[in-house]
Amino acid sequence: MENEKDCTVESLTKEAETLKKKLEDERQKLNDVTLATVADRLDIINYMNIKPRRTLKGHQAKVLCSDWSPDKRHIVSSSQDGKMIIWDAFTTNKEHAVTMPTTWVMACAYAPSGNLVACGGLDNKVTVYPLSLDEDVTLKKKTVGTHTSYMSCCIFPNSDQQILTGSGDSTCALWDVESGQLLQSFHGHSADVMSIDLAPSETGNTFVSGSCDKMVLIWDMRSGQCVQSFEGHESDVNSVKFHPSGDAVATGSDDATCRLFDLRADKEVAIYNKESIIFGVNSVDFSVSGRLLFAGYNDYTVNVWDTLKCVRVCLLYGHENRVSCLQVSPDGTALSTGSWDYTLRVWA
Amino acid sequence: MNMQEIGYPLGQFWLLFLMEDSNMVTMNSDKAATKRKPEPNNGGCTGVSNEEPISIQPTATTEESPNHLLYKKMEKIVEKMQDEAIGVPVRTVKSFMSKIPSVFTGSDLIMWMMKNLDVEDQQEALHLAHLMASHGYFFPIDDHMLTVKNDNTFYRFQTPYFWPSNCWEPENTDYAVYLCKRTMQNKTRLELADYEAENLARLQKMFSRKWEFIFMQAEAQSKVDKKRDKLERKVLDSQERAFWDVHRPMPGCVNTTEIDIKKACQMNKPILGVKNIHLVPPKLSPSTSGIPPKNVVEQLKKQISLLKIRLDRRNIKISKAAESFIAYCEQYLEYDSFFVAPEYPNPWISDSPELWEQEKMAKDISVRRVKRWAFSLQELLQDPVGRELFVRFLDKEFSGENLRFWEVVQELKALPQSQVQSKAKEIWGEFLAPDASCPINVDSRSYELTKKNMEALDRWSFDCAAAHVYHLMKSDSYSRYLRSEMYKEFLNGSKKKVRKTN
Repeated sequence: MENEKDCTVESLTKEAETLKKKLEDERQKLNDVTLATVADRLDIINYMNIKPRRTLKGHQAKVLCSDWSPDKRHIVSSSQDGKMIIWDAFTTNKEHAVTMPTTWVMACAYAPSGNLVACGGLDNKVTVYPLSLDEDVTLKKKTVGTHTSYMSCCIFPNSDQQILTGSGDSTCALWDVESGQLLQSFHGHSADVMSIDLAPSETGNTFVSGSCDKMVLIWDMRSGQCVQSFEGHESDVNSVKFHPSGDAVATGSDDATCRLFDLRADKEVAIYNKESIIFGVNSVDFSVSGRLLFAGYNDYTVNVWDTLKCVRVCLLYGHENRVSCLQVSPDGTALSTGSWDYTLRVWA
Repeated sequence: MNMQEIGYPLGQFWLLFLMEDSNMVTMNSDKAATKRKPEPNNGGCTGVSNEEPISIQPTATTEESPNHLLYKKMEKIVEKMQDEAIGVPVRTVKSFMSKIPSVFTGSDLIMWMMKNLDVEDQQEALHLAHLMASHGYFFPIDDHMLTVKNDNTFYRFQTPYFWPSNCWEPENTDYAVYLCKRTMQNKTRLELADYEAENLARLQKMFSRKWEFIFMQAEAQSKVDKKRDKLERKVLDSQERAFWDVHRPMPGCVNTTEIDIKKACQMNKPILGVKNIHLVPPKLSPSTSGIPPKNVVEQLKKQISLLKIRLDRRNIKISKAAESFIAYCEQYLEYDSFFVAPEYPNPWISDSPELWEQEKMAKDISVRRVKRWAFSLQELLQDPVGRELFVRFLDKEFSGENLRFWEVVQELKALPQSQVQSKAKEIWGEFLAPDASCPINVDSRSYELTKKNMEALDRWSFDCAAAHVYHLMKSDSYSRYLRSEMYKEFLNGSKKKVRKTN
């Protein structure tokens, strides 16, 4: 009995190896040129005038996450001291400061209506807070879902009525806000899920996740199945973001690289790194045209990459500790960054 | 009695101190480093012997932890810096009556970095130098602030013994012994800074019962120190100080040894994983003996099916992908504020919210905005004004039901679970049932599939039919709309307005 099983393991292993080799050969055939070679004909981006325009001060501890409101000027941010703050980033005023029952609020997100925010973290939960100026927002808070480990990231998938979460329990989950019902769970990662992002397609049925198992997975929300996977990173994948066209995914990792994985080519098409960049990447986002990739690093800087020529365009200095989160505003007019130095900044 | 009272942490430190003693004296960093490595395990075993099998596991995982990945990279650079032939020039400087051993200047360091690393400019070199200093790989010889200036300030390399990769997270008792020792050595260079004196006072309160023992250890260490060669002592004192500047930084300085909470949670897990082996990710190497065979077979089968799916996929070439990215970028460059200024000044730069206010108003739609509607149906529908005009066009063509169906399906997906059932039935009745009030045309395949979906309703029931309708709209109505007089007029109208305002 024991032998028989071993034999199957052996034959299966062999089969998998053969398939892997075949797949590699197939992919190699598609590798006709590099992205940078094709982009050679484009002009070099030689001048970028990006400056810090706002500094949001008010958190008493490390800023761990932030998200732009759909109104293009408000930001929600969460920090290690258990506070969630709603900012009018334009005027730098704080509109709400909510104290969470837990410290380490690792994730927060604005709902598409702009009237609701979700957050959570070490409490393993995702909680929603309807925003209203007249009353204490904590009165109407509601716990929607619970994971078996910390909640690392959350987004509303085109609706105030659902939340998609990623967790340290290595799963992602889709929750119904009203009932707290688990609509779909997504199993496939073998380590903590660090980041998720929704595909920008008109139907919005797919999303991407990045994990400490170094993998990047594409999921179908309807079936709960993983439909595509990308490997290549040498350490934890901390951030994933769809290219605005929806055809590719950019990633940032503790291996100090950012990469671009193309869904149609089913492989990595670009790597953004430099020998002198040795710190891990926490967060990435694209400019509207997809030409620029902003990446926040543990070395307190933001590197701006030319995604097509695969070279660095410029470095943004200013934060005094790790850059933990970063996001281009919904209309693409600004970039927000959050840091362990307790501040958020808006760049344009 | 005394020993028992003091407990494990101090006992461990005491042990380390005795064992490390000879290494510290010789100052031979390499030796110290190699001897240091197994230390945490030894300490763990003697301290809490029942955890012996587990204590090996955490060190294995921390070796791969994000911080260690970084330490390795920094150490590679530091080793290059310390190369006798091509490294940063280290010398002993005479000053007045005494000598300052083994130092280099900030400007020499920055010059070396500019020459040997692929940093772009001096600012980047300084930034990297600052980060390496704040991790304790080199330090200013008489300043608690671990940073680097591009001038003649003297810096010294840290001995690998004190590198963060070799270090355990030191205990407060260790810190107390260190500070206590400093008060015994009657030297100005060892005098406590204000914040250190405050820390010492706090620790003395905290460890009041153990203080006698801490004092004894400090005394013993101080005695050993005194036996050392004078220059060697200078170096070692500064290195020890820099070690504490990393682990107990001066107020206002960043503590670089902190780990991301998510990573800390993750690192703690493999320890639990030892008990539940199935958490280990599937590996294809033959060394999977620890995993129950059943699981292996399942995992392998799963992997094989995934590989087969990947092999069956039709993929495009890199060149084609690259061209599509370039085309997308060229099409949208005009809308990318980081390249082309928006029609109204960028609010973040001009401090005027005019751009956002103009967007909300339906009149004076700019050419730029109208042009965008032609990029894709999705772009058109995302713009409320664009959508409204398209609806009017469809009504004229008597084909408004397609868009209505597609939109109502999107609404269904966004509903609370409790309303999904009734809404789905409503949609069926309105658009697809035999007696539908507003029937739409879908192909038979989509119709059959949707009909089947009606047996077990969910928010995705109409997805296939909606996709079909969307495709129809895109290839038919939408392309006709773009060629229509209606769209052209609107485009021209916007153009005129722009000219007028100009």
